[in-house]
Amino acid sequence: MIFPYLSAIIFIPLVGAVAVAFLPQENRGIIRWVTAGFSFAALTVSLAVFAQFNLSSSSPQFVEKVPWIARFNIQYFVGVDGLSLPLVILTTLLTFLAVVGSWHIDNRAKEYNILLLVLETGILGVFTSLDLLLFFLFWEVELVPMYLLIGIWGGPRREYAAIKFVLYTLAGSAFMLVGILALYFTSNPRTFDMTQLAAASWALNFQMIVFALIFLAFAIKLPMFPFHTWLPDAHVEAPTAVSVLLAGVLLKMGGYGMIRVCFNILPDAAREYAPWLAAIAVINILYGAGLSMVQKDLKKLVAYSSISHMGYVLLGLAALNQVAVNGAVLQMFTHGAITGLLFFLVGAVYEKTHTREIAKMSGLAPRMPTLAALWVMAGLAALGLPGMAGFVAEYTVFVGAFGPWAWYTILGAAGIVVTAGYILWMIERVFFGPANPAQGLAHVGDAKRWYELVPLVTLMGVVLFVGINPSVVVNIINSGVLPVVARLGA
Amino acid sequence: MLTLTLNHFLVLGAILFCVGLYGALAKGHAVAVLMGIELMLNSVNITLVGFARFLAPDQLLGQVFAVFVITAAAAEAAVGLAIVLVVYRQRRTVNVEEVDLLKW
Amino acid sequence: MENIFLANAWLILALPFAAFLGIVAFTLGHKRLSGYLTIAGVGGAFLVSVGVLAAVTAGGSVHLSFPWYVLGETHFELGLLIDPLTAIMLIVVTGVSLVVQIYSQGYMHGDPGYSRYFAFMALFTTSMLGLVLAPNFLQLYIFWELVGLCSYLLIGFWYRKPEAAAAAKKAFITTRLGDLGLLIGILLLYWNTGTFSFGGIAQVIAGHTLPEGLITTAAVLVFCGAVGKSAQFPLHVWLPDAMEGPTPVSALIHAATMVAAGVYLVARVFEIFSASPTAMLVVAVIGAITAFLAASMGLVMTDIKRVMAYSTISQLGYMMLALGVGSYLGGVTHLANHAFFKALLFLGAGSVIHATGAQDMDEFSGLGSKMKITAGTLLVGSLSLAGIFPFSGFWSKDEILAGALQRTDNPLLVFLGLVGVLVAGMTAFYIARMWLRTFTGEFRTPAPAGAHGGGHGSHEGHGSVHESPWVMTVPLIALAIPALLSGLLGSDLTGQWYGHFLEGAEFHPESLNPLVAGGSTIVTLGGLFLAWATYSKKWISAPAVQRQFSGVHRWLVNKYYLDDLYLWLIRRVVIGGSDAFQWFDLHIVDGVVNGVGRTLAATGSALREFQTGRVQNYGLAFFGGVVIVVVFTVFLR
Repeated sequence: MIFPYLSAIIFIPLVGAVAVAFLPQENRGIIRWVTAGFSFAALTVSLAVFAQFNLSSSSPQFVEKVPWIARFNIQYFVGVDGLSLPLVILTTLLTFLAVVGSWHIDNRAKEYNILLLVLETGILGVFTSLDLLLFFLFWEVELVPMYLLIGIWGGPRREYAAIKFVLYTLAGSAFMLVGILALYFTSNPRTFDMTQLAAASWALNFQMIVFALIFLAFAIKLPMFPFHTWLPDAHVEAPTAVSVLLAGVLLKMGGYGMIRVCFNILPDAAREYAPWLAAIAVINILYGAGLSMVQKDLKKLVAYSSISHMGYVLLGLAALNQVAVNGAVLQMFTHGAITGLLFFLVGAVYEKTHTREIAKMSGLAPRMPTLAALWVMAGLAALGLPGMAGFVAEYTVFVGAFGPWAWYTILGAAGIVVTAGYILWMIERVFFGPANPAQGLAHVGDAKRWYELVPLVTLMGVVLFVGINPSVVVNIINSGVLPVVARLGA
Repeated sequence: MLTLTLNHFLVLGAILFCVGLYGALAKGHAVAVLMGIELMLNSVNITLVGFARFLAPDQLLGQVFAVFVITAAAAEAAVGLAIVLVVYRQRRTVNVEEVDLLKW
Repeated sequence: MENIFLANAWLILALPFAAFLGIVAFTLGHKRLSGYLTIAGVGGAFLVSVGVLAAVTAGGSVHLSFPWYVLGETHFELGLLIDPLTAIMLIVVTGVSLVVQIYSQGYMHGDPGYSRYFAFMALFTTSMLGLVLAPNFLQLYIFWELVGLCSYLLIGFWYRKPEAAAAAKKAFITTRLGDLGLLIGILLLYWNTGTFSFGGIAQVIAGHTLPEGLITTAAVLVFCGAVGKSAQFPLHVWLPDAMEGPTPVSALIHAATMVAAGVYLVARVFEIFSASPTAMLVVAVIGAITAFLAASMGLVMTDIKRVMAYSTISQLGYMMLALGVGSYLGGVTHLANHAFFKALLFLGAGSVIHATGAQDMDEFSGLGSKMKITAGTLLVGSLSLAGIFPFSGFWSKDEILAGALQRTDNPLLVFLGLVGVLVAGMTAFYIARMWLRTFTGEFRTPAPAGAHGGGHGSHEGHGSVHESPWVMTVPLIALAIPALLSGLLGSDLTGQWYGHFLEGAEFHPESLNPLVAGGSTIVTLGGLFLAWATYSKKWISAPAVQRQFSGVHRWLVNKYYLDDLYLWLIRRVVIGGSDAFQWFDLHIVDGVVNGVGRTLAATGSALREFQTGRVQNYGLAFFGGVVIVVVFTVFLR
């Protein structure tokens, strides 16, 4: 029996959560180290999977398939391919960094760390499940810790934000469940197995309806205009590490689901809907960028920029060709790293200044040179500067999407100018210019503690590495995109 | 000479059940409500035993059920009285009309 | 590959980049070492470039590509391309950069960001060289953006000054607007030719299979990128503001190299442009408009660096005009010549600023006697810019004007040539004005330091003006030599070396056209005389002229109100539109979401009345239900 890598990745955090539950509440040091240890173990195993991943195979690898509820043909069926592996690594990495970045949280540290680990299990389950019901189960499991994390450790309007997040997602899930069941009851033999469902053929009308039902859940998660309003609220209220995970990986569950379920199983409907998706993608890009431009709250600015950046994912998907879909998946990965970094930076600045209001900050660069340098670099990464990961993804999306959707691509590309506008304007207002002595910011310091710097430096390293040597990630993604694109082109 | 038939048991069971139901639904005192519930359970026991005696006398099925019900009833009474005690400590009343926290 | 320099041409990129990495990793705390690292890196690159130039002169070339990442049929490649155009650009970039780095040691002396400065400079040099060496649009675009980044970082180098931070942002965003066009042009070309590589695209175009409309569209889009980077009308507004950066930065990036990247781009993909007369016309017209507008604004500026900035824009317009009328040789030689003499002019201006602590010509005059080397070398640069025989500017300017005036097939192009002649006169006037007001007349310096804190706060000795240290004057002298002589390379004296080198077999040697050369020289001398008469002899009163044409003057000083127009557009359209989005998002989109929530909550409240909270009520209802079910199942079946 070979080592069950994926089960190990999925359940190590859960075991960790149980272990932490038995630790004494007062001893926060041990709790943190144990949490960090378990999340690091998951990261290590996921990197081991990365090392052993076979690039030449386009079918799922590290498969574990055990009948679970045999009567309904429900299986415990997990596996990774090129689509999911980058996101699995992103999840384990960001969770580990989130644990490190939450070192300073003293309020109910034990529960906080337990919830982070449970959340990780839920997300990893979504990215590795190849059985639709299992996928749905993990999709729902992730909601509970997220609700509590926002609702307990959040800002002043945390309850509103948490409930809005959960209800919005659940509303989508309800439709998705109907869609999943529709697939189950029309398949022959009845199955939730995604690989078998993808191989089956469905009538176009049926595909259109089921696609819409399932897509809605993913559109809310992505988030796609006009289902995005939960995101700024959730982000603004959530604690830093939770925002990192929310933007870094939870949004990717939407994009991932679109490819894995909607495009892979219902390719004909995807072709029918593609023009609409491309149009909405452009709205996402420009609308999100415009909203970022006028935000007064640093964190809200970054939150709205996520909406804009996920528009590129949608645009890439709507193009349905190999280059663009690769770009879209790469954009999910790079956006996870870049936005994770940006949210860590927002948190770090907030820690020092105790405000997130852009107007109250000015000339911070001399006071916090390290943070300012990292902010500038992260901002440049977000606006798609070459040498950083974001450029590769966006450029690839544009190259792929220009063929089928020339005008939409042109409009989407205009988004990079607006993005440069709001990012540089924000950096100018926050970090440059004369220091503002009146605001009591005269004595703010730089980020110096290890648990502040480790997440920032690690993510910056990932962004630069992927930006300079994208083929490491692109080759993996491509192996997963190929079969989907083949189905879309058929 | 009156011979006891199944109907006698069923009618007795039904009467007891109705009395118990009345007690459970109409009484204000929590202990009275519990007693009503006990009555209803016992009416079911009578019915069960009656059915067992007349319909399948060689299997003891109904009697076994009745024993289960008695056990459950005992447990339920214990829990119920405990709740009554707790409620009384908290709110200084055992009138169920006044214990309506479910409606907030 | 046989030639050692060509085989190791990658060193040209690697050495400055290594310097950048070295500074960032190790020497941020060791100022002098950082400076030396950059000088060593750029110097090494210069030496290799000289070797490469020699090898290319002997007929060598490099075409190297390797995949960066591959997606099916689409290859994203990087590589090296070295041909005569690249070789000349390499010399220009590394040469000017080397001189500027040496100069910077003096100029930036004592600045707290000394190491950071040299790190950025090394990064800039790397990026610029990567741009020049690019064999395809992908790599070009990558380094195109990276030079933009370095420009951003260096303009905003003194980020405590709000003007510097704003200028940096303005430069980046304005050029990015142009880059958007370039990006779309690249995509259009890729989808119609299937390749990013310059050679591949040129081949497809040579095959005459693409419709001309498409080529025109693509060429104009690519030209948008050049308009942004080379500060052509209407995107020129960022360059004057970019003068907020340290002066050596202005010399290297905003005069000699980066801003010439647009011209280089048009020259590099000249096959695309020459396949479309319409696109060529667009290039020529934009070039001429830019040359004229910028020169006219240069006439009235009093800030010494802004004069230079408008002069740069104007000269870049000249180069575009040259390319637009088909004078490839004129454009490229002017690019090289301009790089040297404009770097010289900027460094000279920097020397003046360094000595006086001021950069407004109203605040100083008569510095010539105190700063002989600066004044002398600046004179060489000025005459070269004005285009006086035999300075380098004369030769390339003449080439451009002759190229335009010979295009008798299109009267518009001849007219543009005449505009060019007029601009030559204006150029002579404003540069002479600059020189005369700075170095001649009554000796006057601004009030001593303190009032002129700003970014120059670190400079010593504002009270007594004296010549700059040798690290600054030696570079001036070094640049004066090519400003004086480099034009000869294209002249009959050397058998028109440039022409043969750049265009190879296609080159048809032409002698100097006496009519064009004579005419433009007369106009130039006229401009010089006018300036001399106004500012030296005071035969003409400048304030009186200013009063006479106060309307025109106001337009010029306010830069034709273009900046205000753009600001208005940004405020009203971009920010205003975003505010509208914000309102829409909060009240409509989120309003609907909250509305749905509120509706459900209200329904729930209404239904809640049924929940009395009394268990006995529930029990009654439950029993009633049971009765109903029993009645239905038992009696009504």
